[in-house]
Amino acid sequence: MSDIPQDFRYTKTHEWIKQNDDGTLTIGISDHAQGLLGDIVFIEAPEAETTFQEGDDSAVVESVKAASDVYAPVDGEVTEGNEVLSETPEIINTDPYGEGWIYKIKPEDAGAFDTLMSADEYKELVESEDE
Amino acid sequence: MGKRTPLYDMHISHDAKMVDFGGWDMPINYGSQVQEHHIVRNDAGMFDVSHMTVVDLTGDKVRDFLRYLLANNVDRLKDEGKALYSCMLTEDGTVIDDLIVYYVNDTFFRMVVNSSTREKDLAWINKHAANFDVNVNVRDDLTMIAVQGPNARDKAHLALGAESASQVKDTAVFFIKFIEGDSMGEVAVARTGYTGEDGYEIMLPKEHASTFWAKLVEQEVTPCGLGARDTLRLEAGMNLYGSDMDESITPLEAALTWTVAWEPVDRDFIGRGVLDKQREEGVSKKLIGLVLEDKGVLRNHQKVFIDGLEAGEITSGSFSPTVGKAIAFARVSSTVGNTCKVEIRGKQLTAAVVKPPFARNGKSCI
Repeated sequence: MSDIPQDFRYTKTHEWIKQNDDGTLTIGISDHAQGLLGDIVFIEAPEAETTFQEGDDSAVVESVKAASDVYAPVDGEVTEGNEVLSETPEIINTDPYGEGWIYKIKPEDAGAFDTLMSADEYKELVESEDE
Repeated sequence: MGKRTPLYDMHISHDAKMVDFGGWDMPINYGSQVQEHHIVRNDAGMFDVSHMTVVDLTGDKVRDFLRYLLANNVDRLKDEGKALYSCMLTEDGTVIDDLIVYYVNDTFFRMVVNSSTREKDLAWINKHAANFDVNVNVRDDLTMIAVQGPNARDKAHLALGAESASQVKDTAVFFIKFIEGDSMGEVAVARTGYTGEDGYEIMLPKEHASTFWAKLVEQEVTPCGLGARDTLRLEAGMNLYGSDMDESITPLEAALTWTVAWEPVDRDFIGRGVLDKQREEGVSKKLIGLVLEDKGVLRNHQKVFIDGLEAGEITSGSFSPTVGKAIAFARVSSTVGNTCKVEIRGKQLTAAVVKPPFARNGKSCI
């Protein structure tokens, strides 16, 4: 069973969202998602000031096997992409919820975080996919 | 549920991630494909390749038969045990399959063909074998394990035991040796493979497959999946049937001209007419190697551009763990120069045209 931190929020497409004190949200892909992708070898993270609508292709994670889009979980403007990933993309495999974050976004709606899927709901989703 | 090799239970016990591979349940990796790749380049890994088809051809005219059936010439095989890589072609000169044929003795050749092409290969072989009174015996009683890497042979010798190892240890590169008196029964060890590393492909009775696999594990040979097998063969500059060539492509369009034996000119082999014509007139497309200079990953079917015009596509692309960059084979117009562009998600990225292999014997060649 993959790891699912309780205080994060999630999407059906396996992104995780963490709320930061400065009002931004940090986005990454879940442990379950990195496990499905396998060895990650390339990340295309968005640059600061890029704006997204919810559901937009916001980043690309490529493993030896396949390329996978990362969808924006909320409307907003990117404040920072994780530059470390361009040299060491494999940290998404080893630390998907920490060093392997992909970008930070300032949401248009400050309450957007609370509308996203909870850890328990995401856990159910993952379990249903595993069946 | 797909077909299972005799090693299926071993794969499950090693926590393999299983996938459907042409109707077979096969391990794609046992955790990390990249790690398995490096183990083969630096130590010793093993692959279950029992899904491939072993065909024994026997008869007084077996050599004549193969001279006609294959684009490469079995007369290049002078010494018993020697192996030859060849394409088997249609009358139109296109590739039915690529294969290895081992010259065991003058009335016995062993052939190993791909799994995905099994039925059409056997139909084609049988059809032509009849004219030469050649007996075609499909060896579904055998399993095949490829043990590959710089330490693979030493570890395989320990797993085989001193008596059998003493018979195979001096086998030269690209030769096969049938062991006499092995406790497992009929065991053949070939110094061949699909990784660009030294090693063996070991064919043994399938009832002993799991026991022998376990002995290799005891010698710290690491199970590796088909994922690593694919990146290893791509780095080694080896074509994959179905991706890099098929029945719409001739060897000359697949960087396999070196496998066509043009001499002697009076050797009639299936497809020769078309190939002779292509050789004289030249081909409009060829298979080349690419290394992506920009960041990203090359994938099958991405489009290739030369001077702003679409000029072909990638046939096999991946990230190369040894080179640390994306590499590929692409089939493009023969006018290609030193660089080209590859379209990845709407962007045109620069790739250098290189001559494979990309990596062999543990090291990058780029």
